[in-house]
Amino acid sequence: MKPEDIKRSENKVYCKPELLNDTPMHYCPGCSHGVVHKLVSEVIKEMGAEHIAIGVAPVGCAVFAYSYIDIDWIEAAHGRAPAVATGAKRLNPSRLVFTYQGDGDLAAIGTAETIHAANRGENIAIIFINNAIYGMTGGQMAPTTLEGQVTATTPYGRRVDLNGYPLKISNLLAQLPGTCYVTRQAVHTPASVRKAKAAIRKAFENSLAGHGTSVVEIVSTCNSGWKMSPAKSNEWMVEHMFPEYPLGDLKNDTER
Amino acid sequence: MAKVIGAVEINHERCKGCDLCVVACPTDVLSLQPKEVNNRGYHYAYTANPEKCIGCASCALVCPDACIEVYRVVEK
Ligand SMILES: Cc1ncc(C[n+]2csc(CCOP(=O)(O)OP(=O)(O)O)c2C)c(N)n1
Ligand code: SF4
Ligand code: SF4
Ligand code: SF4
Ligand SMILES: [Mg+2]
Repeated sequence: MKPEDIKRSENKVYCKPELLNDTPMHYCPGCSHGVVHKLVSEVIKEMGAEHIAIGVAPVGCAVFAYSYIDIDWIEAAHGRAPAVATGAKRLNPSRLVFTYQGDGDLAAIGTAETIHAANRGENIAIIFINNAIYGMTGGQMAPTTLEGQVTATTPYGRRVDLNGYPLKISNLLAQLPGTCYVTRQAVHTPASVRKAKAAIRKAFENSLAGHGTSVVEIVSTCNSGWKMSPAKSNEWMVEHMFPEYPLGDLKNDTER
Repeated sequence: MAKVIGAVEINHERCKGCDLCVVACPTDVLSLQPKEVNNRGYHYAYTANPEKCIGCASCALVCPDACIEVYRVVEK
């Protein structure tokens, strides 16, 4: 069979998600943000939620998420996405409300908003892209940066005596009674992409069902900030990030 | 025995030449253009060995820019 005969619509098994529009994404080649954008788009479409979804975009590389995924969006000030999402969800309880945030946004400047929204058990989903760095501003240390990790502001590697320990904020959030589902995923292999998608689906369903706050941390790469190729970044992530941020569910308590 | 054959269609202009699909493909179908670039200057991915494709969609799943469409047929 020739490729032209195989490439018929009835044989199509994968294509660009419908809600992801044709605007080229500004992310660096190989950036994890793009993969997660695809998953968010696919899940919302599969749930038939494109008209009731409200995303809250962060400050960070994902600041333009609203340009790529065709749903309703609100752009929040740096770190304030969970507070904005709180308002959106309380005023529109039937909507699927989620934030999309980096580790600088969620675990540095926005720590208070993150923890208090989760502690109030707001019925929102939080998609948390943890690439252990401030990607957008040129690769500075974040609270999540690993011990010894070289960044623009830790040229000799992060020192815990100076800078403290990598902040495992998902573990903190899992302790709060307001969270119903906290999970850590990745998108570096086909299998992990499928699992991350199922996690995002569960988090979005929790928002609609009113179970409380869901957190899906995606352990991610920032190949520009890390100064490695995308493929090498994935290897580095497996070797160095996964021991510090192990994948799997930290909490799954949606039957309350 | 039934044989699964696949084919992929790559949106060359959307591609950023990140190489992740090339690494993910289990059957060495894909390669980056060694010299050619697209309109934005990237060495885009292309099907160097299209006949080897099994339509597994591994390449498409990991592509951050949603450039790859996958087709699959089961030949009896
Ligand atoms: C109030 C305020 N402080 C600081 C900044 C600068 N700034 C922009 S993005 C960013 C951090 C982004 O890092 P992260 O949230 O991890 O997102 P990434 O780019 O890594 O996805 C900072 C500090 C800002 N825009 N606004
Ligand atoms: S700087 Fe890092 S997080 Fe930002 S787009 Fe580039 S690779 Fe992605
Ligand atoms: S569908 Fe599978 S076999 Fe075909 S190019 Fe993609 S990864 Fe390779
Ligand atoms: S993964 Fe996508 S963007 Fe990267 S080289 Fe392959 S087709 Fe291009
Ligand atoms: Mg970051």
